[in-house]
Amino acid sequence: MNNIRKNRWKDQIFKYWGIFCTLIGLVLLVVFMGNIVIDGISRISWDFLTKLPSRKPENSGIFTALMGSIWILLLTTIIAFPIGVAAGIYLEEYSKKNRLSGILEINISNLAGVPSIIYGLLGLEVFVRIMGLGPSVLAGSLTLSLLILPIVIVATRESIKAVPSSIKDASYALGASKWQTIWYQILPASGGGILTGVILALSRAVGETAPLIVVGALAYVPFAPQGPLDEFSVLPIQIFNWISRPQAGFIENAAAAIIILLAITFVMNGIAVYFRNKWQKKWK
Amino acid sequence: MKKLITIIAFSLIISACGNKKGENETAQSDGGNLEGTIKVDGSSTVFPITEAVAEEFRKEQPRVKVTIGVSGTGGGFQKFSRGETNISNASRPIKDLEKAACAENNINYIQLEVAYDGLAVTVNPENTWVDNFTVEELKKIWEPAAQGTIMKWNQIRPEWPNEEIHLFGPGIASGTYDYFTEAIVGKSGSSRGDYTASEDDHVLVQGIAGDKYSLGFFGLAYFTENADKLKLIGVNNGKEVIKPTLETVSNGTYSPLSRPLFIYVNSTSVKQPEVVDFVNYYLENAGELSKDVGYIPLPTDLYTKQKEDFQAFVESNK
Repeated sequence: MNNIRKNRWKDQIFKYWGIFCTLIGLVLLVVFMGNIVIDGISRISWDFLTKLPSRKPENSGIFTALMGSIWILLLTTIIAFPIGVAAGIYLEEYSKKNRLSGILEINISNLAGVPSIIYGLLGLEVFVRIMGLGPSVLAGSLTLSLLILPIVIVATRESIKAVPSSIKDASYALGASKWQTIWYQILPASGGGILTGVILALSRAVGETAPLIVVGALAYVPFAPQGPLDEFSVLPIQIFNWISRPQAGFIENAAAAIIILLAITFVMNGIAVYFRNKWQKKWK
Repeated sequence: MKKLITIIAFSLIISACGNKKGENETAQSDGGNLEGTIKVDGSSTVFPITEAVAEEFRKEQPRVKVTIGVSGTGGGFQKFSRGETNISNASRPIKDLEKAACAENNINYIQLEVAYDGLAVTVNPENTWVDNFTVEELKKIWEPAAQGTIMKWNQIRPEWPNEEIHLFGPGIASGTYDYFTEAIVGKSGSSRGDYTASEDDHVLVQGIAGDKYSLGFFGLAYFTENADKLKLIGVNNGKEVIKPTLETVSNGTYSPLSRPLFIYVNSTSVKQPEVVDFVNYYLENAGELSKDVGYIPLPTDLYTKQKEDFQAFVESNK
């Protein structure tokens, strides 16, 4: 009797501890975002989105940084999506379970843990200097693609693993080739998961600063990129730059830019959730 | 596949937007006949001045694209010495190793001072006992040997309270820290480690504003912006007590806690008329613009003299 009561008690304690732990992150996030929104919401206007940076906080805008971020997002998607998904499919469906594939797998998981600035240094040497792309949007996107490739590959593999083997077996039983099975059965079945993974990886890329600074992203560019070889700035760099300025007006600007950046990531996460739900329904 | 096409189409639309914007802007302008790109990189301390100059220069020469990076003084010189940038922002003079790197790639340059940056030593407004510090006292507080031993205000001057002293300063990665330690302790990058360090100077301001027994240092602009929350302390150079102001920093009497900020111009780049125009514009307007962003202008004749030096440099590299 005594023991049972003691155990129930422990159970209760753990439950409240669990609630507390869950709330810590949430409350901190709400407080942080509340602060940011209070500071920055009044600065957001069409002018703020379409003007260039200025030494006067009230005249500043984020046009070039926003355009740079959108360019980076699109190019990174175009580069990382096909490569990452193809690598994931290969590792999951084609590669034989031998020593080599074991080494490959370990390396890919390790790559996911490499600090982003290291990717920046790699990008600077390989893309900017050796390939001669210069500090361009393309070089930045290639660098970020490398950074998120491990995440995309892992997400792809997990989604493919989750496809019931009955579907595969049925496809083979009907005489489909391996490629037909992958294209018509496995990919549609795992598409939601893959897209979710890719979009979450991209939301990480859009917030990266360090590798892009190393690659040569700029803090002041008076024009939006007009091609993949143009120079660029991105929102996180603009935010970082404004936060380190003494004038109070720039802090407001930084808060406003953070709201825009958060909005972008929220929209992307929303899209990810949408795709996941859509695909799940289809296969139930 | 459809998605890919959508994505590509989308990116084309966006690039088209970019184009349109560019055309509009050039169409609006009538003055200014120069074209080209000027690449600037380097110190984030000098960045606000160069940004302000670029912003104004755009009104004069709308077709010249000035881009500015913030790789830091060292990172900037690295690119400058490889000929990747036309102008380098620097919060300290070029080092011997960097000079050697430039020489190796046949890069010649001219060094120009553009403004001064003062360091402010501040305490809490409730602190009634401190009026000034001598350089020796600051050294006694901040040198590495002070760690764990100089912990109370009355260890500095016996008449000061027997209370713990709480120190605030920029993190060791910042140029401000390098400069302060060099000027006060005598060796760049050498100080006690047991102080509250932050790369964000706003945090230091908050810390000092909320603690009666605090003491800290940071760029003068941060004091100017928060003058109501902090008390500025003068530095006693043995003869008189000098507080950092526009005047004392500009005429050099606020010593040793004021430093010049530089730009370096590549000699090959001055063959491009837009670079020459930009640098001249810089020297003509840096005085006014540096005040706007919280720095302190050089004396007017120094700008004039440097303009002459730069003119001679341009002539000799034609």
